[in-house]
Amino acid sequence: MTISKDNGPEGKKSLLSNFFKSCIPFSLTFILMFGLWIVLSGKFDPLLISLGLISSFLISFFFYDLLFPDFTFNYFAICIRFIQYIPWLLWEIIKANFHLLFIVFHPRLKDLIDPHIIVFKTNLKTDISITTMANSITLTPGTITVSANSDGIFRVHAIDKASAEALPGKMLDKVTKVFGEEK
Amino acid sequence: MDILAIFFLVTGLIFFTGGAIGIIRMPDFYSRLHPAGKLDTLGIFAMVLGLIFYSLHHFSMDTLISILKMLLIVFFVFLSSPTATHSIVDAGMRAGLRHWTKKKRR
Repeated sequence: MTISKDNGPEGKKSLLSNFFKSCIPFSLTFILMFGLWIVLSGKFDPLLISLGLISSFLISFFFYDLLFPDFTFNYFAICIRFIQYIPWLLWEIIKANFHLLFIVFHPRLKDLIDPHIIVFKTNLKTDISITTMANSITLTPGTITVSANSDGIFRVHAIDKASAEALPGKMLDKVTKVFGEEK
Repeated sequence: MDILAIFFLVTGLIFFTGGAIGIIRMPDFYSRLHPAGKLDTLGIFAMVLGLIFYSLHHFSMDTLISILKMLLIVFFVFLSSPTATHSIVDAGMRAGLRHWTKKKRR
């Protein structure tokens, strides 16, 4: 008896807070889906707009916890810092691309390259930061991530000495800062 | 505007050509993937930039939406290309293929 009495208001409260908690990811998913609908359809008929509203409502109703699992307000800060990270990454990609282009067109290609695998350990913990790190390494020409596991150990195939030395270094610092993880 | 469009299109073309030649010239499986997976991403970025400048001749709602679509293409290529490259390398590693080194073939 007493247990059910205790559970009553608390269950209601958690239900209410759950509702508010799922409200923000729901609306974010809805805005994202509807924006994508407008961009991809490109027409503004009332029929198409209402179809888009209905379908994006259904999708965000069923899958609101798929895009933003365990949502916190930290997400916004990460988003802003990630946007600041993109220009640096783009500049790095361009620089390294010209390096690889030089290697490819060089007449004595096999003297210039020196492929080897390097292994290094990082302190990245969450899935999203490890994924970002691995994809950033692969996007920067001259290095490919061979494997990355949840302990933060990366194996990287580098095509020459210069691109191998650039790793873990500055990119790791940046990724660590973006996701707010201590070193 | 035309000059910018031509410049970026030619840049993208050079990168794509470099990628294709790199695939032929590199010595082994893993190093072939370097130009294949990466010169293409910057190549497609430069080409889409050129197309955006080309379509900015007369600005309207349709142009804006097609520009956004092109940017979406770049976004998804930047997401999927490293993942695909990584999975190919992983498959090679699982099959037990050794990577080419300088000392062995000398």
